Amino acid sequence: MRILVITEHDGTTLRPASLSCLGFAQQAARPSSGEVAWLVLGQGIADVAAAAAQYAPVIAIDAAGLEHELAESYARAIAEVVKSGRFDLVAAASSTFAKDIFPRAAALHGGAMASDVVRHEWADGRLLFDCPRFAGAVTATIALHGSPQFVTVRASAYPAAVPLSQAATVEPMELPPATFARRARYEGLRSKQTARPDVAEARVVVSGGRAFKSAEDFERYVGGLADVLGAATGSSRALVDAGIAPNELQVGQTGKIVAPDLYLALGISGAVQHLAGMKNSKKIAAVNSDPDAPIFEVADFGFVGDVYAVTPELIKRLEQNGAGATG
Amino acid sequence: MKILVPTKRVPDTDQKIVASADGLRVETDHIPHVINPFDAIAVEEAVRISERLRDVEVVAVGIGGPEYEQPLRTALAMGAARGIIVQCAKPLDPWNVSRLLKAIVERETPDLVLMGKQAVDDDANQTGQFLAALLDWPQATFASRLEFIGNELRVDRETDHGIETLTLTLPALVTTDLRLNEPRYASMAGIMKARKKPLETIAAGELGVPLEPRVEVIRYRSGDTRRAGERLASLDEFAALIAQAAGIGG
Ligand SMILES: Cc1cc2nc3c(=O)[nH]c(=O)nc-3n(C[C@H](O)[C@H](O)[C@H](O)COP(=O)(O)OP(=O)(O)OC[C@H]3O[C@@H](n4cnc5c(N)ncnc54)[C@H](O)[C@@H]3O)c2cc1C
Ligand SMILES: Nc1ncnc2c1ncn2[C@@H]1O[C@H](COP(=O)(O)O)[C@@H](O)[C@H]1O
Repeated sequence: MRILVITEHDGTTLRPASLSCLGFAQQAARPSSGEVAWLVLGQGIADVAAAAAQYAPVIAIDAAGLEHELAESYARAIAEVVKSGRFDLVAAASSTFAKDIFPRAAALHGGAMASDVVRHEWADGRLLFDCPRFAGAVTATIALHGSPQFVTVRASAYPAAVPLSQAATVEPMELPPATFARRARYEGLRSKQTARPDVAEARVVVSGGRAFKSAEDFERYVGGLADVLGAATGSSRALVDAGIAPNELQVGQTGKIVAPDLYLALGISGAVQHLAGMKNSKKIAAVNSDPDAPIFEVADFGFVGDVYAVTPELIKRLEQNGAGATG
Repeated sequence: MKILVPTKRVPDTDQKIVASADGLRVETDHIPHVINPFDAIAVEEAVRISERLRDVEVVAVGIGGPEYEQPLRTALAMGAARGIIVQCAKPLDPWNVSRLLKAIVERETPDLVLMGKQAVDDDANQTGQFLAALLDWPQATFASRLEFIGNELRVDRETDHGIETLTLTLPALVTTDLRLNEPRYASMAGIMKARKKPLETIAAGELGVPLEPRVEVIRYRSGDTRRAGERLASLDEFAALIAQAAGIGG
């Protein structure tokens, strides 16, 4: 089996989720002594390709037409590489990048695709995939018919690949100009700059819900507690809808799926759609004024109280705790 | 201008959903079904465009059994002009839905296909992108704002790294995210009017699209439920547990 993993990067570094996806590919390839390669796409990607080669052989397509991550050109480029390299399985970490581009590439090869794979197994010579459905209430084990097969993989479900003892090769590849034609034009990206870790990658996440009444409060309480813990901030949909938290912080079925060591939910009720995004965290802690809030049904430890009163107290105690740390 | 809005009928996922004991099905029969929330947002946006601009026809299309009359009447009550049911015997995977939708697009020749980013039953998030590829149309997924500028469509998209803006030439395909709008409730007058609006049924077989199954479900199982842990009375203890789980301090 030949497996191609599409890297996601920011122009200079690989996203950690891609390394987990490579981890998946290496596991999936092992029983059939298969081969795994990376595909790095973009413009000016020499550094990323070199970084990726620390883990597996790289096919690199460096082209002006790939300056922005637009689905039309990216999907065609992926489809071309899959065809010329005769890959059987194509994988990428689940993210808005992959969700946009991957199905489009899969459709150019017959549409055998699984989304958000959390586990795989070999059975009777077939690779089966576990995919969450109904916001994670049900998991379906599926087989795909057709080849090549495309899968997006939930990064938190797989350990990151480890570097090779010696860097692998980077093979540059050229594609015909028609690959890059498109009728969508990139205009720009507006993002909130933050010094905090990315919510999808952080070891600790502090999330706020409707309890918080303003962006200032969110920053002061949720942000304040996150900073003493070296954590990322996250949010329920309620606060994103209200414009109190930026959309890239939303955790849940339709936001980011996270599985940190600790997820701390402040003033979040625990709707199924929110739980879908965080219930695989190693530990869950919750503060809520309502003792019957559903979040307590999944929390390893809970505290009933007003977040406006409890959060500053937690910050105070954890600051003392952190100061007393030896390592 | 014509806007085509694919709409899926899904179980209300606020209800508790479990796999059957034999793992062969998901128990949804007893659960009320609704228009997929993201598709309701697509209908709402299309209707708003038709209220803002002149000569806009909104056509809703569903692929499934006769029970699709319900979500399509809802779309009509919200303001769509007509509906199409592409009738097929059993639920189809995203690949086959997108191929049937392509055939409908070829018949209807819309300028814009506006649809949900994901169906909340299979959570696939594939059909729109498949369809855009099959049509070779530009796409903008996860839209939170739409604006027509001349013959072009400017779209804000929600990505993991912020709001991205794209401009698409028409015809184009857009999938909706939650913050695009808040769908209206159909008014009584809307519901009355919807009863008289045209709702056409086409047998899937008539579209000349042989089915190509891609997804075979081997089994379903209910998600792992977590057990509730401790409720702490002491803030000191609570803080200590947090510190421990976060790996800071003593
Ligand atoms: C299709 C669809 C997709 C969705 N996707 C997502 C998603 O990805 N992510 C997501 O989060 N939601 C999602 N939702 C929304 C979800 O259903 C809930 O509406 C949302 O999660 C609620 O957010 P919340 O818990 O912050 O607010 P609420 O449900 O209003 O809960 C607020 C909580 O704060 C508590 N509280 C209030 N004041 C205080 C105080 N001073 N101190 C302590 N506690 C206090 C209350 O007791 C309550 O439990 C989706 C919904 C749909 C229909
Ligand atoms: N049976 C169907 N009938 C009409 N539209 C559908 C159907 N299945 C999926 N769709 C559309 O495709 C979108 C994405 O679905 P999915 O790829 O299954 O997550 C939905 O929001 C609908 O707009």
